[in-house]
Amino acid sequence: MTDHHPNAPLELTRATSNGPLAEQVQAPEDLDRHDGNVAAPAVERGQASMITVSDLSFYYGAVQALTDVSMRIPPRNVTALIGPSGCGKSTFLRCINRMNDLIEESRVEGSIHIEGQDIYSPQTDVVELRKRVGMVFQKSNPFPKSIFDNVAYGPRVAGIRSRTALEEIVESSLFQAALWDEVKDRLDASALKLSGGQQQRLCIARALATGPEVLLMDEPASALDPASTARIEDLVSELKEHYTIVIVTHNMHQAARVSDQTAFFFEGRLFEMSETAELFTNPKQKKTEDYIGGRFG
Amino acid sequence: MSEQSAVRRQRRKRLAARSFEWLCLTATFLCIIVLAALLSGIIYRGAGWLSIEFLTNGPSRFPDQSGVKAALIGSVWLIGLTALISVPLGTGAAIYLEEYARPGILRQFIQTNVSNLAGVPSIVYGILGLGLFVRTLAIGDTVLAGALTMSLLILPVVIVAAQEALRAVPDSIRHASLALGATRWQTIQHQVLPAALPGISTGTILALSRALGEAAPLIAVGALAFVSRYPLGPMDKYTVLPIQIFNWTGKPQHDFQNVAAAGIIVLLGVLLCMNALAVFIRYRYGKQIRW
Repeated sequence: MTDHHPNAPLELTRATSNGPLAEQVQAPEDLDRHDGNVAAPAVERGQASMITVSDLSFYYGAVQALTDVSMRIPPRNVTALIGPSGCGKSTFLRCINRMNDLIEESRVEGSIHIEGQDIYSPQTDVVELRKRVGMVFQKSNPFPKSIFDNVAYGPRVAGIRSRTALEEIVESSLFQAALWDEVKDRLDASALKLSGGQQQRLCIARALATGPEVLLMDEPASALDPASTARIEDLVSELKEHYTIVIVTHNMHQAARVSDQTAFFFEGRLFEMSETAELFTNPKQKKTEDYIGGRFG
Repeated sequence: MSEQSAVRRQRRKRLAARSFEWLCLTATFLCIIVLAALLSGIIYRGAGWLSIEFLTNGPSRFPDQSGVKAALIGSVWLIGLTALISVPLGTGAAIYLEEYARPGILRQFIQTNVSNLAGVPSIVYGILGLGLFVRTLAIGDTVLAGALTMSLLILPVVIVAAQEALRAVPDSIRHASLALGATRWQTIQHQVLPAALPGISTGTILALSRALGEAAPLIAVGALAFVSRYPLGPMDKYTVLPIQIFNWTGKPQHDFQNVAAAGIIVLLGVLLCMNALAVFIRYRYGKQIRW
């Protein structure tokens, strides 16, 4: 992962597309055996999957938060996870970069493969995994440091010391996060002085700076005003050209606007997943229809 | 008629509330008055004896030639060494307890013991220091042995203060760092510790100022009552301000009481400076970081 420049998404995507396709195929084949509804349409169209989740169950102590979730997420695509509070969509998201490891007495069953690599195998280096799978949190959480130091943090802990290399990474990350023009003259100012929307875009830039292939977003706009939300949504649509994005959202209009496919979670299970337009106009399950229609949740 | 009694009840309630307020105010003023009386008495007796010579002279048989130089330098040595020993140990222990230790019997055991140690009388630490550092480890009655003993004394306080400072760093910062591929240690080193440092230093300074005023444990580990020369290294003999003051108050000549008062003013001055530094750090850096 470290051999290509962490801030060259174009190169990165090329590397992934002619990358370990053979390994991707070896991912579990029997994905659909549980539930006929669980299928990612883009994958069915013959696209290789970037993330393959098989029979994933997750427990907080004795409480089961996820039950037998199977899903295929195609590369350079936006997948929205929707569902009522407590349905397990955020827990699912945090399984993909193993942030749930931090929770005491939690337990995972099943597997997640990213580009064919089993991320829960003992050989997997969690630190490496998290560089490949970036995350943006619900509440923006910039470090109490300068804008520059925030974005440069990931590359720095990865061992990049050269000032010019860091400057390049910071500039292009901020540029990709549509923040460069607003902050280029005050990179040394504290990140905490930025507005809420800017802080969230800074967090996106910070996540991009490690050169990830996958970007996980946990309700990234839920604390923002409509204008800032619109900017984040535009950004998601731009970023999917280079990154595989999984976004949790409470807002169904947002899911409809930004995503290519949508997964509906309910009570820890993946109820239905299909192309976004299909899911919203023609849901196969009564539960999905009720949720989308605003009858509960 | 019931209306009348309701009014009376209301009036009585208001009166009770008012008198409680006055009671609290009296209690506050009582404390301040006692403190003011103490301070003014000391300043009245000692201020006249304060001079440059008082700071540059060593102890003497004659009150007007006595000074705090040896004791002041001894105190600085003692506190400096104590800080060098207790800060890394205390911060390290706090980091282990807060950032690494999983909740369980071991952590509970350590935590309970740290809290209990904070309540052990200081003379007990003095006797421990005498047995362990002065005799068993044969460090002798040097300033190093005194500093080691003082470190034991304030370690529980330093640990608890550092733990609180670490706990005040929000988890969102740890998660942000870990999610960017930082290791646990990189997260602590680059994010958690810098954010907790003002809190840790404030707590440490307050603990050190407690050590500055201690006399009992140092008498046990052999701080001298009368040294004409100040320590030049950690293995030298020493005295400290509280012991010097105690020594002066025990002298028969009346003027030595005034010399002791002057010594107390110097000690209080140093303490005030340290506390002011703690307040400054908290104000200066606490304001910068708002999550």
